[in-house]
Amino acid sequence: MAYSDKVLDHYNQPRNVGSLDKKKTSVGTGVVGAPECGDVMKLQIEVEGDMIMDAKFKTFGCGSAIASSSLATEWIKGKTIDEAMQIQNTEIVEELSLPPVKIHCSVLAEDAIKSAIADYKSKQPKNQDSEPQGEAR
Amino acid sequence: MNLPIYLDFQATTPVDQRVLDAMLPYFSATFGNAASRSHSFGWAAEEAVGRARKQIADLIGASPKEIVFTSGSTEGINLALKGAAEMYAAKGKHIITTQVEHKAVLDTCKRLEQEGYEVTYLKPDKTGRVSAEVVEEALRDDTILVALLWASNEIGTINPVREIGKLCHERGVLLFTDATQAVGKLPVDVESDNIDLLCLSAHKIYGPKGVGALFVRRRNPRVRLVAQMDGGGHERGMRSGTLNVPGIVGLGAACNICQEDFQKDLDHGRGLRDRFEKQIFEALDHVYINGDPENRLPQASNISFAYVEGESLIMGFADIAVSSGSACTSASLEPSHVLRACDVGDELAHSSIRFSFGRLTSAEEVDHAAAQVIEAVKRLRELSPLYEMVQEGIDLSTINWSGH
Repeated sequence: MAYSDKVLDHYNQPRNVGSLDKKKTSVGTGVVGAPECGDVMKLQIEVEGDMIMDAKFKTFGCGSAIASSSLATEWIKGKTIDEAMQIQNTEIVEELSLPPVKIHCSVLAEDAIKSAIADYKSKQPKNQDSEPQGEAR
Repeated sequence: MNLPIYLDFQATTPVDQRVLDAMLPYFSATFGNAASRSHSFGWAAEEAVGRARKQIADLIGASPKEIVFTSGSTEGINLALKGAAEMYAAKGKHIITTQVEHKAVLDTCKRLEQEGYEVTYLKPDKTGRVSAEVVEEALRDDTILVALLWASNEIGTINPVREIGKLCHERGVLLFTDATQAVGKLPVDVESDNIDLLCLSAHKIYGPKGVGALFVRRRNPRVRLVAQMDGGGHERGMRSGTLNVPGIVGLGAACNICQEDFQKDLDHGRGLRDRFEKQIFEALDHVYINGDPENRLPQASNISFAYVEGESLIMGFADIAVSSGSACTSASLEPSHVLRACDVGDELAHSSIRFSFGRLTSAEEVDHAAAQVIEAVKRLRELSPLYEMVQEGIDLSTINWSGH
């Protein structure tokens, strides 16, 4: 199978590889996939206010899975949580020119972002959780 | 050392220079049709085919009259299984095979099932081996044929063909063996190994692609097959079609070289395989050999590198050509059916790579390949959340994974 240049670039120089301290309340961790399916992604975010200041990943999976998660960390760094929630797997497919058989890699990356954000939110005290949307007028 | 290094000799082999030299005259100067009986062009072709038939027969302990030329093992398998099933349908409609066969056997069996035959797919042990006892339990009064892989193309495990053949003969059941990976690498003797039907392919033994042979036993018992292709009645009516004379000459020459260089090739391949595995095992932890460590092809190595996925690993070996048991290299998302049948676990199946070492592979190439494999595994383990968890002492089987 031929890989796109962008997949190769992320595979050869993955961005933001590593781990954040998952015990910190400012860190959200998402682990998605399963070893028997051939891919597991761990994506972590460190949040200040509602801004994602840092993101790290580790991925067990094919080159496209590694590239999708690497790209995901690159994209979410510096974004707000709401902005990161907007990222769609189709954007990853497009950016990396993934073939149909690899679309699940992009789905997994989107899931990993959402899962990390959900974990982060679950760690925050409830009263702080009131997002702007529901503010009293 | 030329890069990339080819370590996928179980997929195919290059044509040996000696084989090519033997073939070349038969494309142009000696181009006759082996079935032309009325002139010297045809006689010359026929003579060359006859010589090749003997070379092939000699390698497997058969008589030249028992060799039927085919286009390769897929055709040999189709002809043997469908041809025998059709011929002996009145006797019974039960066939026994194994879960570790090549797709050509499995899919042919599925076709026969659709046509009203019953097929038992035997499960191997964890090393991929099927014992005579397991075959014996599956035998029935209406069993007409056992189709058994001699040596696995994926994991190299060698089945006890001789024992199973003996059992089949005692029970009046035919034994077909797919010996595509065994011929030229293991001693094969259709008499003492009790084989009735056997297929082989030229391109796995340094011959050309597109040519192979099917051994069809002529006595004790005489095996008859219903032809699967109609036409001029070539190959004693079993396989019509003008013979591929240059290809057949190449197959004969390849068999002849296998016979002459048998011990040399064996020692060379095994030496390189052991050299490779030693380096891998010294440098890496959590590495497992798939297949039967005792009974496997001497020049093949199927290894699972736990916590890294096979396709990403192959991407990391820029200089090595190998194949993976991982799903991701094929169009389907299923990992290797062979490793699955061995209960290797899908996780380790996704992490498996098949290496094989050939006649012209050098020790220098093996060392270079081993170094590159070790480096890639280490790098990908740095990226692997599973390896990290294992280092932290987490038992991966206790985690509730979100499968998809």
